[in-house]
Amino acid sequence: MPDGALPVLDVQNLKTVFQTRSGEVHAVNDVSFSLRPGELLGVVGESGSGKSVTMMSLLGLLPSPPADVRGGSVMFDNKDLLHVDAETLRAVRGGKIGFVFQDPMTSLNPVFNVGMQIMEPLRKHMGMNKKQAAARAQELLELVGIPDAKRRLADYPHQFSGGMRQRVMIAIALACDPQVLIADEPTTALDVTIQAQILELMKELRTKLGMAVIWITHDLGVIAGIADRVMVMYGGQVVEHAPVHDLFTDPQHPYTRALLKTIPSITGARAARLTVIEGQPPILKDAPAACPFRNRCDVAFDRCATENPPRYDLGAGHDAACFFDARTGAPRNA
Amino acid sequence: MLDSSPKPLVSVRDLKMHFPIHAGLLRRRVGEVKAVDGVSFDVMEGETLGLVGESGCGKSTCGRAVLRLYDITSGAIMIDGEDIGDSTQAQLRTKRPTMQMVFQDPQASLNPRMTVEAIIKEPLDEHTKLTEAEKREKVGELMDAVGLNRQFAKRYPQAFSGGQRQRIGIARALALNPKFIVCDEPIAALDVSIQAQVVNLLEDLQQQFGLTYLFISHDLSMVRHIATRVAVMYLGKIVELAPREALYAEPLHPYTKALLSAVPEPDPSLARASERIILQGDVPSPANPPQGCNFCTRCPAVMDICKTTEPEYKEVRPGRFTACHLYENKTNTAG
Repeated sequence: MPDGALPVLDVQNLKTVFQTRSGEVHAVNDVSFSLRPGELLGVVGESGSGKSVTMMSLLGLLPSPPADVRGGSVMFDNKDLLHVDAETLRAVRGGKIGFVFQDPMTSLNPVFNVGMQIMEPLRKHMGMNKKQAAARAQELLELVGIPDAKRRLADYPHQFSGGMRQRVMIAIALACDPQVLIADEPTTALDVTIQAQILELMKELRTKLGMAVIWITHDLGVIAGIADRVMVMYGGQVVEHAPVHDLFTDPQHPYTRALLKTIPSITGARAARLTVIEGQPPILKDAPAACPFRNRCDVAFDRCATENPPRYDLGAGHDAACFFDARTGAPRNA
Repeated sequence: MLDSSPKPLVSVRDLKMHFPIHAGLLRRRVGEVKAVDGVSFDVMEGETLGLVGESGCGKSTCGRAVLRLYDITSGAIMIDGEDIGDSTQAQLRTKRPTMQMVFQDPQASLNPRMTVEAIIKEPLDEHTKLTEAEKREKVGELMDAVGLNRQFAKRYPQAFSGGQRQRIGIARALALNPKFIVCDEPIAALDVSIQAQVVNLLEDLQQQFGLTYLFISHDLSMVRHIATRVAVMYLGKIVELAPREALYAEPLHPYTKALLSAVPEPDPSLARASERIILQGDVPSPANPPQGCNFCTRCPAVMDICKTTEPEYKEVRPGRFTACHLYENKTNTAG
């Protein structure tokens, strides 16, 4: 992860709004991040924090209406993906940017065999003929660790277990040697022992293929094990962003700190009582004019209710969107 | 656990729940899914027994079978001194107030056409002779107990968030002053920051009302927090049962070891340093379990005997039960 390397993907000020019957929902607010070649960026947040919508917005995967990507830029391959024609976008999706979805049960087509589904991107994006594609599909299945790959190509999704289906999904996403792989909660639907298999596979593949990965999850344990950098989202915004060790040892946003305290560990001391973040996540009815976390925050003060904090640069690639400086224990001046 | 002689409130012996598989034109019975296949355990008064395992291992079926939400295949279930293993539905009905359930999905387990008040009041309508005013007062008390605002009594479930809905489900389960509550993955559908709220609530209520829980979950770190003792299920059988600290500090069964090592630790240096046991393959089908030990197809410590003989589930150390050939001869020497 060389610092200063040109990012493969650079997202600036992304804004996505949903039009609903009861008004607008500001699901993604001013989200900016970049992804360097070969690194794994973890995106953490609870449901409704905007992490999936952010990634779907990048690739124009949200149906419009109701979704409306209002602003910002997504630079990939010297093009702004928010302003290219459908043809170009289609070539990027599943080609240079692979996507693994959360639920391996519903994201594979039940009426086509697995071979067909892996060969589809190969034939569409890489212009392979049937024979070449079949050979490559077999290679891919072997790569993701499915035994007896040649025979399995003819099998249908229902003949695979959950973990195996997720491996097939990963094989499809990897088919065209993507520069970027976006994995949206790829292990959430799986059991822990199967999750451990997939995480191990992912580590192996990254060393082998050297692609950049965005890994979305709500599980801080998973992030701790695989990410290089982490972005924490809350209420449709990035509240903290840091190298993985810094985030866990020196969290600077009150939400991150609280989140780390609420999860019980299976090793170490057992707390007599779990720490609780009181209250509920915000409903994103209006464009935010205040900090979305202020009602649940233990260090909030009057400024938090009148202004939305920007992301303060804290050095060493660490930033946090909070008016309160946890290092000095006082409000920031700027 | 501080009690010198805790006595069991619930005793389950050799519980089996097999579901038939029908196939062909005549829907002939061609086999059975052995969802729960000979499970025995006690739940002591006032304790929380955690029941963990991966999806499909039979933990939810086990919880539902214990409350006789199914007609069980065989086995004995003693709850509060009464065997309900072969009670009829009518007999069970009189027994229901002592045993209640909190379901996994608070969205699906609350009737969207009933107000919160009606939902919590329903068990009172069925099982008590209280007047309307008394019932309404009781509903108010229950809403206070689970941390819901009384003023929301006339609202419908969809007006509440996931965590609040789970509180409604808990209030309903508490309405008849039960002794025993089966919590079937009560926090699985909730966000991390809301999970802690519900778990703390369950602990408070246990203190307040002297409840006994069977807490079913796949979340091993949460079970470590809430349970007094923990039972680990694999493919329809309990492979290990032990006091919480002992189980997490020194798991005996190879499956428990693998399961615990697979839990991702929220600490980057630990997560990267720890030696993971990665199990190969998937869980076999409960319709066609392997010969011998159920875990022999994936066990890193498998021996020849495991493929032919099923290990006996027994106490290998005081308070620690396991079913594994590794501990077969150590019964008298260990502990």
